[in-house]
Amino acid sequence: MRILSDIAAIMTGMWITWKHMFRRPVTVQYPEEKRQPYPRYRARIVLTRDPDGGERCVACQLCSAACPVDCITMQSAEGDNGRRFAEWFRINFSRCIFCGLCAEACPTLAIQMTPDFEICKRDVMDLIYEKEELLIDGCGKSPDYNFYRHAGIGVTQPRGTGVEEMPPVDVRGLMP
Amino acid sequence: MIYDPIDIALILTKIALVFFVILTLAAYLVFAERKVLAWIQDRKGPNRVGPFGLLQPLADLIKLLTKEDFRPIGADKWLFYLAPAMAAVPAIMIFAVIPFGAPLVLFGHTVQLQVSDLNVGLLLFMALSSIAVYGVALGGWASNSKYALLGSIRGLAQLISYELSMGLSLVPVVMLARSFRLSDIVDAQSGCWFIVYQPLAFMIFLISIAAECKRIPFDLPEAEGELVAGFHTEYSGMRFGLFFVGEYINIVVLGGLAATFFLGGWHGPFLPPVVWFAGKVLAFAFLFIWMRGTLPRLRYDQLMHFGWKILTPLALLNILATGWWLVLRG
Ligand code: SF4
Ligand code: SF4
Repeated sequence: MRILSDIAAIMTGMWITWKHMFRRPVTVQYPEEKRQPYPRYRARIVLTRDPDGGERCVACQLCSAACPVDCITMQSAEGDNGRRFAEWFRINFSRCIFCGLCAEACPTLAIQMTPDFEICKRDVMDLIYEKEELLIDGCGKSPDYNFYRHAGIGVTQPRGTGVEEMPPVDVRGLMP
Repeated sequence: MIYDPIDIALILTKIALVFFVILTLAAYLVFAERKVLAWIQDRKGPNRVGPFGLLQPLADLIKLLTKEDFRPIGADKWLFYLAPAMAAVPAIMIFAVIPFGAPLVLFGHTVQLQVSDLNVGLLLFMALSSIAVYGVALGGWASNSKYALLGSIRGLAQLISYELSMGLSLVPVVMLARSFRLSDIVDAQSGCWFIVYQPLAFMIFLISIAAECKRIPFDLPEAEGELVAGFHTEYSGMRFGLFFVGEYINIVVLGGLAATFFLGGWHGPFLPPVVWFAGKVLAFAFLFIWMRGTLPRLRYDQLMHFGWKILTPLALLNILATGWWLVLRG
């Protein structure tokens, strides 16, 4: 009898919803209760420094290129010692979708995601963060990494003296 | 007929009281619905405005009253403005014939706890419930919007499929009580509730009133998944509020009628009659909310099929069976 199985199906559904009425709600009452996000949660973006306290960002524009919504802009400049840095660096958090692609693209691990998700503002223009607001005094998630020690440019240290860096190959010496 | 001033004052008091209670109850049913649905879905529901969110209906009212009263270009002005009232007013008017408590004696007058003890109360209910659908049909028609029009067409198609079975399911009640007067129907159940004799008619009536108050699983005229909001897509502010509150008034009224026809109205042991009646009405309201939290929406042709090919023949057979039974019992 199809009608009997239909009635049974309706009753099963009603029974399930009845049971759920007495379950504890899963709601988190946000402003009063806050969930602790996981350490790798992707929210507000920061620019980190290397262990020596220098800015990691070399203004290579890779993050800006990787960003699917184009919310990163910067102006590159070169210091007296030949190091590149960002003259200004701007992230528009009103456009950012917190995908984390910028952090993945960054060769110097300068740009990183933090779990701080409470960045709403009354005025949308306040969501445009400048370099001063982005730069933190710390190394973020990779405390030991210093880009220049690995892939140093001749300006700060001679070629071939970096960590894990082989001495430059004399291409003429390879000739048969 | 000579009216005594006290009689008139009592009648006016009853009307004012019924109005107040029904409207408050309808507003709080909205709140109850949001709460119960939230519990079903493991949420908490509104709990910010006032203690436990109890002032939420008031906040909603203020919001609805201060919204822009918007009318789409090309809408039929008068029909558009009238339709919400046509949906809500018949629903309240039906309550006039429902007895909600045992007669009281006040100032030496016997007071029927019923606004008007009409001798054709049941027919009045059938008539008014059919008028209420004009609000849906004309509201959708006058809005000059395709979604609203589709919603109102569905409303009409739904009306012709459930109205018949609803009327037929009440015939056995009239046969048992031998009266169209609602107070007589209630009195006839002082011993045994009609649901005992007429479980099938009760089920048919229950399904039909779920369709009558346009609730899931029969909320085809609104069907927010398909038709935006169906017939009231173009309404905003208090005009939308009237449609909305009309739906909940309908729940209260139809719950009251179901209690009157099948569950003995205000009859019940130990507790005062008014409490019994209110309890039964709220139980029906809860059942509707619970159903809304559980069941999916029927397709339009499924509802027509169900109404015409299953409910109506069953109701007719039930009338025949009741007739035989009454004859054999003598
Ligand atoms: S998280 Fe994604 S959207 Fe945001 S700045 Fe980085 S790449 Fe752009
Ligand atoms: S944050 Fe990283 S990827 Fe972006 S410009 Fe600076 S170094 Fe390049």
